[in-house]
Amino acid sequence: MAEEIKAPIGSDVDTVTARQRGRALARELGFSSGDAVRIATAISEVARNMLAYAKHGEIVLRTLCEGNRTGLLIIARDEGPGIPDVELAMQDGYSTSRGLGLGLPGAKRLMDEFEIVSRVGAGTTVTMKKWGARGGHGNR
Amino acid sequence: MPVPILKQGRYLIASVQSALTDEDLLQLRETLTTMVGQHRSRGVMVDVTVLDVVDSFAARTLRNLAYMCRLRGAETVIAGIQPEVAFAMVQLGLNLEGTRTTLDLEAGLAYLRVRTRRNARHG
Repeated sequence: MAEEIKAPIGSDVDTVTARQRGRALARELGFSSGDAVRIATAISEVARNMLAYAKHGEIVLRTLCEGNRTGLLIIARDEGPGIPDVELAMQDGYSTSRGLGLGLPGAKRLMDEFEIVSRVGAGTTVTMKKWGARGGHGNR
Repeated sequence: MPVPILKQGRYLIASVQSALTDEDLLQLRETLTTMVGQHRSRGVMVDVTVLDVVDSFAARTLRNLAYMCRLRGAETVIAGIQPEVAFAMVQLGLNLEGTRTTLDLEAGLAYLRVRTRRNARHG
């Protein structure tokens, strides 16, 4: 079972790769197929945002073990322009690129924990967690 | 990777075979809109049974695809959205309002048959 997976994001093909790896890892960890799809969808949304604004960055996937619960950590970080008003960006429908404006708030809804740190000129890091995996194949 | 599109009478059937990039989705939209004109198609079916993720971009592009085809006289159906995908879409806050969706290909073809007959009657 992989401990950490790093997926560079530089094109829309990378986004597909990242979300497929996320989905595969989620299934490996014992998440339901519904949760695996939610995880893949959240990855897709944040990766697209990253691509649109920062042009490139990386997605890190990490297994989480806390007591008797297993989960998945997703970090999406870039060194792009940063988000001037994070609160505004987290509002449904707000978009600076003719999008639906659902990317970040949507990803938050799909995951259990969501945190976004951004500094203009320095970049953005989105940290998301999903819990409820039934444990990987190695954990019996 | 291009999505295979079959012409079946007055219908075009696009069967998604694998995960689609944003570029693939845009290409599909352009191709179907063009083919509607080339073949004077009255109906378009997009079978997304295999699609593992429908995110905000995919939803928007599919909705635009349906509207663009409608502008050119063809009814569009999105068929085969999987239960987990539907759940994630609702949770994400997406909607395909205005776009006909059906359970599967069979239901989609049945719908197109009724719809294109009705459209033909009303000019």
